[in-house]
Amino acid sequence: MSRERLGRGSGLVLLAVLAGAVVSCGGEHEGALERVRRTGVLRWGGDVQGGEPYVFEDPSQPGRLIGFEVEVADAVAREMGVRAEFVQNDWSNLVPSLDRGSFDIAMNGLEVTPARADTVVFTRPYFVFSAQLVTRRNDETATSLDALEGHRVGTLASSLSWEILRERPVEVVAYEGTEEPYADLRGGRIDGVLLDDIIATRYGLVHSDLHLVEDVADGYYAVACRQHEEALCAEVDRALAALAERGELRRILARWEIDNDRQARLASWSEEDTRAMLLVRQHASFTAHHVLLFVQGAAVTLVVSSLAMILAVALGLLLALSRMYGPRPLSVAATTYVELFRGTPVLLQLHVLYFGIMPVLRASLSWDAGTEYDAFFAAIVGLGLNYAAYEAEIYRAGIQAIPPGQMEAATVLGMSTSLALRRVIVPQAFRIALPGVTNDFIALLKDSSLVSVITVVELTKRMTITAIDVRSYLLPGLLCAGLYLALSYPLSLLSRRLEERLARESS
Amino acid sequence: MSTEGSKVEAETAAVEKPVITVEKLVKKYGDRTVLKGVSFDITPGQVVALVGPSGGGKSTALRCMTGLEPFQEGAIRVGDARLSPGPLASHKRELQRLRLESGLVFQTWHLFPHMTALENIIEAPVHVKRVSVEKARNAAKVLLEKVGLSHREGALPRNMSGGEQQRCAIARALAMEPKVLFMDEPTSALDPQRVGDLVELLEHLTESENLTFVIVTHEMKFAQKLADRTLVLYEGHVIEDGHPDDVLASPKDPRTRTFLGMDD
Repeated sequence: MSRERLGRGSGLVLLAVLAGAVVSCGGEHEGALERVRRTGVLRWGGDVQGGEPYVFEDPSQPGRLIGFEVEVADAVAREMGVRAEFVQNDWSNLVPSLDRGSFDIAMNGLEVTPARADTVVFTRPYFVFSAQLVTRRNDETATSLDALEGHRVGTLASSLSWEILRERPVEVVAYEGTEEPYADLRGGRIDGVLLDDIIATRYGLVHSDLHLVEDVADGYYAVACRQHEEALCAEVDRALAALAERGELRRILARWEIDNDRQARLASWSEEDTRAMLLVRQHASFTAHHVLLFVQGAAVTLVVSSLAMILAVALGLLLALSRMYGPRPLSVAATTYVELFRGTPVLLQLHVLYFGIMPVLRASLSWDAGTEYDAFFAAIVGLGLNYAAYEAEIYRAGIQAIPPGQMEAATVLGMSTSLALRRVIVPQAFRIALPGVTNDFIALLKDSSLVSVITVVELTKRMTITAIDVRSYLLPGLLCAGLYLALSYPLSLLSRRLEERLARESS
Repeated sequence: MSTEGSKVEAETAAVEKPVITVEKLVKKYGDRTVLKGVSFDITPGQVVALVGPSGGGKSTALRCMTGLEPFQEGAIRVGDARLSPGPLASHKRELQRLRLESGLVFQTWHLFPHMTALENIIEAPVHVKRVSVEKARNAAKVLLEKVGLSHREGALPRNMSGGEQQRCAIARALAMEPKVLFMDEPTSALDPQRVGDLVELLEHLTESENLTFVIVTHEMKFAQKLADRTLVLYEGHVIEDGHPDDVLASPKDPRTRTFLGMDD
């Protein structure tokens, strides 16, 4: 499970991991199990924004939490003779927060993946899910994952489905929300979506033009405990086993209409099964191949940023001139544009452009230019439109800094306003604006990491993916930072040089 | 009246026809009336100094005559361009004509700082008059020679002295071949010892070019050296009009004496 995030978690994750490492180096602690027994409270972490049927606010009784995981947590605590207490935590940071000790266990649709199995201790599962392949009903060739060889298949980054797809000869498109992959599947940007059956049922199969074609693999939701807290883990595992044996677990699942034949395995689950579930594949280590992928990511960052900046610089100039010299309606329109694009988050603009406007445009213009470039195109246009608002203001300040005598001198020589702007005002204003524009380009290089929400894999996204692969943020993080610096430091130098030149010229 | 006679009359009129006519010019800034019905004619080839104390209206008159300020009442004609009251944007055609009839050298010159001396001079001929770059450059070199700046043609304004910038601005204005050259306070931003050079240059230009000069200045001495006519503007009225020597020797209006400091 994952969810739409309108903020980026990777930096926080890195910090949290480092902080967690420091904390866990401390002296002897009271074990988690002792603490739970002493206080009589089992604190469990989850995110209410995950929605139905996991943990969510009762719509008829705001403030009260319901969901199948709430019931499982309560039942487990009862089994242990304690009381369950929910701790709200952003889903993407559940594991770091668990490490930090914000709660005793994490239980919120955490899939058992090789990457996670290395960082936490998992109990037996409380739900068996299926990674389901959903395709368009009218796409007769898309009958199985094998049939989609060479096609674009969407999923959530770092999910079990993501791990499965990466082993297959398909082009994996990584999303950060659950609605978007199915929207893109319906719009034809991708040809299949592989995700948990709970997500597929709620977000994909509700559309009549989509259908389920294959159950690709089974996966497990299990309770995560901190490493070296095997005692607590064993207690929770025993509680789950008891609930499963008595049939109570399946009754809970049935109440939430997620019970099915797959859950039969829960009652007869053995320790052997847990070992098989946790059988960790040889995990990747950081290699030269990763470095190559990082350089590719940096190239994507550079290309997206550069093209977006070219658009921003040209459109920004147009906006500034319209605002200052255009007829009133044009001037008002330009001012509105600047305020609109500066006043709303660029992340929102990217979302609206890619998932909102472009599909409508495509439908109404029956425009069909290579869907695989849609995201790239939207990234450049989205960032370009946003930065144009900022460039417009830099130009405006630049133009205002030109003494009025320059315009008068040009006017007296017979130049029209547009000729005077082109030959006299803009060339001077551009020199004044250039250091600011260069600084903005540096900012854009870093802001371009936001385009991963519309499936573009640039440098930061590449870092996050690799970090999860190799179980460490350290090397990927350092390499990523190094590449950003390598891109931006020359620009910093350039900006400083331009500022010095400007100071010299105006003295 | 015989046809012979009217032809003679017409020719006489053509010779004497003023190059500038200002009629009952009224200019207000909000509630403040700066020009209170100013009228004068200037005949071709005259060198006219507009003098007066600051606030007297001489600079405002210049800005109206050069189409940089709108005015409320009266009329201005410069060559074939006729300006009437109302916002500048409403008579673009006449203003465009005015630009071809006249040039202006600003008090602080306003050279284009991103262009060399030569580029400053050819800018308007090439982009406004659509003269070929080749022709414009040749003409500009002749002008640079005339104002004594040949050695500075590749210099940027910020590397030029004040006097050099002023001479470049004069050449820039002359490159458009105007009938009238307006100058705003040409001595105010110059070292006193450079003023002599300016007088020499302007004398040279008045002799060699068929130009009418209208020079705004607050220095009567400068006017006296150069002008063959002085108009004194005081509180929005023309209070003196005559040869500078005569104005200095026998002012008609007592306020002129005050302005000239002759009462002290």
